[in-house]
Amino acid sequence: MAKIKYIEHNGKEHEIDVANGFSVMEGAVQNIPGIDADCGGGMACATCHVYVKEDWFNKLPEKAEGEDDMLDQAYQPSPSSRLSCQITVSDKLNGLVVHLPEKQV
Amino acid sequence: MIDTDVLIVGAGPTGLFCAHQLGIIGLKCEIVDNLDKLGGQCIELYPDKPIYDIPAIPECTGEELTNNLIEQIKPFKTNFHLSDRVEEVKKEKNKWLVKTNKGKEFKVSSIIIAGGVGSFEPRKFPLKECEKFEEKSVLYSIKDKNIFYNKTVSIFGGGDSALDWAIELSAISKVQLIHRRDEFRGAQASVNKVKELNKEGKIELLTKYHLSSINGDKKIESINIKHDDGGSKNIETDYLLGFFGLIMQLGPITNWKLNLDKKHISVNTENFETNQKGIFAIGDICTYTGKLKLILSGFHEAALAARGCFKYAKPDEKLRFEFTTTSKSVHSRLGIKKDD
Repeated sequence: MAKIKYIEHNGKEHEIDVANGFSVMEGAVQNIPGIDADCGGGMACATCHVYVKEDWFNKLPEKAEGEDDMLDQAYQPSPSSRLSCQITVSDKLNGLVVHLPEKQV
Repeated sequence: MIDTDVLIVGAGPTGLFCAHQLGIIGLKCEIVDNLDKLGGQCIELYPDKPIYDIPAIPECTGEELTNNLIEQIKPFKTNFHLSDRVEEVKKEKNKWLVKTNKGKEFKVSSIIIAGGVGSFEPRKFPLKECEKFEEKSVLYSIKDKNIFYNKTVSIFGGGDSALDWAIELSAISKVQLIHRRDEFRGAQASVNKVKELNKEGKIELLTKYHLSSINGDKKIESINIKHDDGGSKNIETDYLLGFFGLIMQLGPITNWKLNLDKKHISVNTENFETNQKGIFAIGDICTYTGKLKLILSGFHEAALAARGCFKYAKPDEKLRFEFTTTSKSVHSRLGIKKDD
């Protein structure tokens, strides 16, 4: 399990315990606003877009094949963008901080 | 004015199967979809990805599923209104009047919304200032390429649309292709062609840049683009073209006075009717306790909503429950002729 901090664009913070094997998207989607996940984790929509700052970015599992293609279609992507449906939670991610964009669509 | 029993909004698998269920019970329908083709998300998002949970079909792709559904509803000769979007709805006596984006009008006794996660719309530039130039010099699709003749065009995006238009317009315009990273997701042949044209000086390539501001009052004069490393560049341009793929939005349906739960329409589970009598919602767009966003759930909802429409279409008739295996009237609706 990992404690993950989701920070909304307005600065509001949410700390959520996410079980191993779930995605960072799944940890958020039932609990907090800001992650739409329209396609339900199929990497087909870019509405679970998050930013991960450098300290954590490099510790994350590598981007999935095609993830960057999908991120091209996200709202305001940047080099620190990830699709949260493609980040699988494990103990190693305990303390991960992700920043939500202003909006997803 | 098209006068029929039911208008289905959305031509994804749920909407298509709903046309079948309506046909089986003898109701007529027309289908409107914002995309230019049938199949909804199955075709737009994952045409080649296999689906494994359609009952009795161990494996099929979104495209195969769509083609089979189209085949299945052929006997009913359903009319499709593609690249069109429902806009307004109005109750008149016991009928619903629906107007579309293109000005088509329908008069129906029921509406079934099978709109998935909404209608597919182009993703726009995040910059607020783009709005005032929209449809004039900030464009997300091209109707007439001649307007770009001898103009400077800045194309944003890294997919096939961006690449194809960069190649096409490089023959008649000064083209600047701007993308947020070095890799492009379009077809390799197009990527190669763009790189070749870049070498020949016919396309200027600016990668790892994004739009940061627009300069100009009535007309765009120049734009500022920002590099990932923090540096900025000012470039002159007449047009901005954005090709960032499609997003899904509920759109005008939000104004139909339906009970909404976030981006979903609340329905009952008896026949998936909304709070508005005669408006039903099925598939991914509807929500109720226990809702599963599965195609098979959409099929179930379609069957019940279709029957829910019957009393509005034929208030003086009683709906008879019949099986497709044995019912003569169903066979005749399906156009099946039996020798014996």
